[in-house]
Amino acid sequence: MLIQMIPEIGHFALILALLMALVQALMPLAGAATRRPLWMAYARPMAAGQFGFVLLAFLCLSASYLLDDFSVANVANNSNSLLPWYYKVSAVWGNHEGSMLLWILMLAGWSFAVACFSRDLPEAMLARVLGIMGLISIGFLAFILITSNPFERLLPNVPGDGADLNPLLQDFGLIIHPPTLYMGYVGFSVVFAFAIAALLGGRLDAAWTRWARPWTNIAWAFLTVGIALGSWWAYYELGWGGWWFWDPVENASLLPWLAGTALIHSLAVTEKRGAFKSWTVLLAISTFSLSLLGTFLVRSGVLTSVHAFANDPSRGFFILMLLGVTVGLSLLVFALRAPRVSHAVGFNWLSRDALLLINNILLIIMTVTVLLGTVYPLLLDALGMGKISVGPPYFNALFVPLTVVLCLFMGLGPVSRWKRMATGELWRRLALAGLAALVIGILAPLLYGGEWNLWVSLGLVSALWLVLPILRDLYDKSRKTGLRRLSLAYWGMVLGHLGVAVTIVGVAVVSNYSVERNVRLAPGDSVQVAGYEFAMTDLQARRGPNFLADTATFEVRREGATRSFTMAPEKRLYLARGMPMTQVALRPGLFRDLYVAMGEDLEDGSWAIRIQYKPFVRWLWLGGLLMAAGGVLAVADRRYRRRRATAPAGKEALA
Amino acid sequence: MKRRLILLVPLLGFLVLSIFLYRGLSLDPAQRDSALLARDFPAFEASTLEDPERRVDRSLLEGQVTLVNVWGEWCPTCKQEMPQLLDLAERGIRLVGIDYKDTREQGLEFLEEFGNPFEVNIFDPEGELGFELGVYGAPETFLVDRDGIIRYHHTGYITPQDVREVILPEVQKWQ
Amino acid sequence: MAVMRFLALGLALLLGGGLAWAGAIETREFDDPVLEQRYHSLTASLRCPLCQNQAIDDSDAPVSADMRERVYRLLLDGRADIEILNHMTERFGDYVLYNPRLEGRTYLLWGLPVALLGVGGLLVVLVVRARRNASAQRLSAAERERLDALINRERSQ
Repeated sequence: MLIQMIPEIGHFALILALLMALVQALMPLAGAATRRPLWMAYARPMAAGQFGFVLLAFLCLSASYLLDDFSVANVANNSNSLLPWYYKVSAVWGNHEGSMLLWILMLAGWSFAVACFSRDLPEAMLARVLGIMGLISIGFLAFILITSNPFERLLPNVPGDGADLNPLLQDFGLIIHPPTLYMGYVGFSVVFAFAIAALLGGRLDAAWTRWARPWTNIAWAFLTVGIALGSWWAYYELGWGGWWFWDPVENASLLPWLAGTALIHSLAVTEKRGAFKSWTVLLAISTFSLSLLGTFLVRSGVLTSVHAFANDPSRGFFILMLLGVTVGLSLLVFALRAPRVSHAVGFNWLSRDALLLINNILLIIMTVTVLLGTVYPLLLDALGMGKISVGPPYFNALFVPLTVVLCLFMGLGPVSRWKRMATGELWRRLALAGLAALVIGILAPLLYGGEWNLWVSLGLVSALWLVLPILRDLYDKSRKTGLRRLSLAYWGMVLGHLGVAVTIVGVAVVSNYSVERNVRLAPGDSVQVAGYEFAMTDLQARRGPNFLADTATFEVRREGATRSFTMAPEKRLYLARGMPMTQVALRPGLFRDLYVAMGEDLEDGSWAIRIQYKPFVRWLWLGGLLMAAGGVLAVADRRYRRRRATAPAGKEALA
Repeated sequence: MKRRLILLVPLLGFLVLSIFLYRGLSLDPAQRDSALLARDFPAFEASTLEDPERRVDRSLLEGQVTLVNVWGEWCPTCKQEMPQLLDLAERGIRLVGIDYKDTREQGLEFLEEFGNPFEVNIFDPEGELGFELGVYGAPETFLVDRDGIIRYHHTGYITPQDVREVILPEVQKWQ
Repeated sequence: MAVMRFLALGLALLLGGGLAWAGAIETREFDDPVLEQRYHSLTASLRCPLCQNQAIDDSDAPVSADMRERVYRLLLDGRADIEILNHMTERFGDYVLYNPRLEGRTYLLWGLPVALLGVGGLLVVLVVRARRNASAQRLSAAERERLDALINRERSQ
């Protein structure tokens, strides 16, 4: 009896969660405005309760999937009784309604985390932060309940079996990619709430940044890993070795990432120097707003994307309203309440302050460029000026030079000092590193590829310019104070910047030195690609659990080597949807991947086979992981773990 | 005061963007005008589906307003569209078909089974003419005026409603 | 959201969109590596008119195959890249260009990032100038020295 009611329990839990979110939003905000501690005290328990009920709803939906309850429309459309249990669980977020529920679960989870880990926050501040997060929850809970109920039943015509999960989503990467990405998107709601709370309460001091920074960095780290996972998944699952397509959906994740990157740096200036306060708050608002904008772009169908959902105009309208109210109101609050007078903190041309200012401006220009390219077709269409496309050539043409300029300043950042530093000192510390970066970067393509390549050189010089000054700095520090005395925050920065360098090397090398051969092969044939011999030894048809497959077997040998290894790509036909899929054979390595994919049966016993040699491709994602690790390490620093509500006044006064 | 106004800039920017996003909700990104509108129907030379010996060219479409419909036996939507095309033919409108990426046998079978509203069918087995027309899927329909200029382009299925509200008025306009 | 990205795929197939991944493996032979390079960059910068958002070089749609074949033939014919792109837009519209032309309606698209770079540069100059004066006016030499010492101490922690 209870089991049959699971969907209704879930639905009811969502309604209760909405009610709790209402209380969580209204009481503490009103309490903070009227200084009533009792009202403010609603914040914590309501955040916990809301989280509890959303979690219950999520578990109910998961249970419906695991129990194959095809009377639930969402389950019937996205699952199948033959699906392995772990894909049944991940199928929960493999569709619009379920993924929205995951989004809400994460939002409630972050609120709950704030409630748990912010015991040292002043009561009014916490009340405002949780109140604002409650307001966001209200919007999304209303959205899911009104337009996208995941518990809708198909009664009385219950299908015998489900339509199955899209085979592209039946994959490990797709189990972990969405939750990670959402943790990032939604995580920025915390710093957003902190920013609005600070504007409302008029408190924007070093203590504020000290509370906001850990949340921001952790959300940013999740987003970084989420984006890297998405890229990795596309690389091995889509079958042609691409890892970034500048599709609107990817851009939607890049926008908050770029703004978030600017934010974590701007927060550093605000914390250390008390400068750029309004700017930091604006960035905090923008970062989360861009997360919301991404949600709108993907779910409303206004843009043509490979990844867009089946669209429903009423949903698009609802999200646009949500976006308009959230972003519009917060920008209004910003305009009205942003700090009137900024501390006139002094700094010089050569100072970390100035470099971080440049960093922020460049990152914002990159953000605007990506946003512009993404929505431009829509703008023209809305003005009746025709349909155009803006694709990879546009984004690469602008993004690559901007990145190089960014690196130019970024290399100076870690070795610079706050406020000002002497030109002579900087020169002394950087001349060698700069020279080495130039020489190695320019010569390496000659040695590696045999001919000079501008793009590879640019990439390598940029990457080395990020790394070498840091090494020099570490060397100096090890002699002066010893490496042990360096703070975790410093190591976090080192790691983060190293990650950027690693990714840049990956991009530069894999974009320019990849080798691709499309060949016609039959068993017994062999082909040489990039110093490897690929011999097709066998071709078999086999039957998998829910698909038919043709499997080709390759013996692959490096030229001159005696040992060989096997690679076995497959062409599958998934039965439930009649969908063909390419299962790539990958031989990963730190310095190169080998990549074999099957194309078409050429009907004479041979197949079209795509063989690719992808040097340094792993560095793309390795860099992402390093960046994320750096972000987390930076806020593992002692000073964020101190349980103190007041800011050390000394530094502020001095600045 | 001036500073306050500067602080309003992000809000204004967002509001402008929102207006576009709102407009975007009612636009269909898949709906595009043909690049050939207001241009001559491309020159071609092909045989007809009905008679391999009969050669036709551009002049086939001059002198009379004509609906040119691109279809193929392999295209399920084309079958659903046939009643509307037959209806249009009954109203005295001249229709010419392009049998696109088809075999002669299958094309003729199709007309046998679903009716033939076309005065004549241009046989385009390799899709050469289709390519010149910028066809990217069937069915597609072009309205050609008496001077052989393309005046209207319809992508995809023509519904009975489309016949009344779009096709007939367009035909009248160029009559 | 990025995930369910690929959900549309099912729908696209239903609509006859022919959106299948990883196909389009053609064993085309080129005598001239430069030609091959041009072929790849052209097919990567032309958008499939039928699909959701794919270049013709990685889409399985029949029209993409036709377009690739046409690009190949025109290349062998000795046509320039711009001629080949024009050949496509004359038939399929500007929509198929992933690299939008610089023209009246795209001035903003291409110009804004460049303009922003200029504005950004100006902003940096203005801000740093203002800040530099601010510090010079407010601190005496002795104060500055003390401040630097404090900052350095903070940094080395």
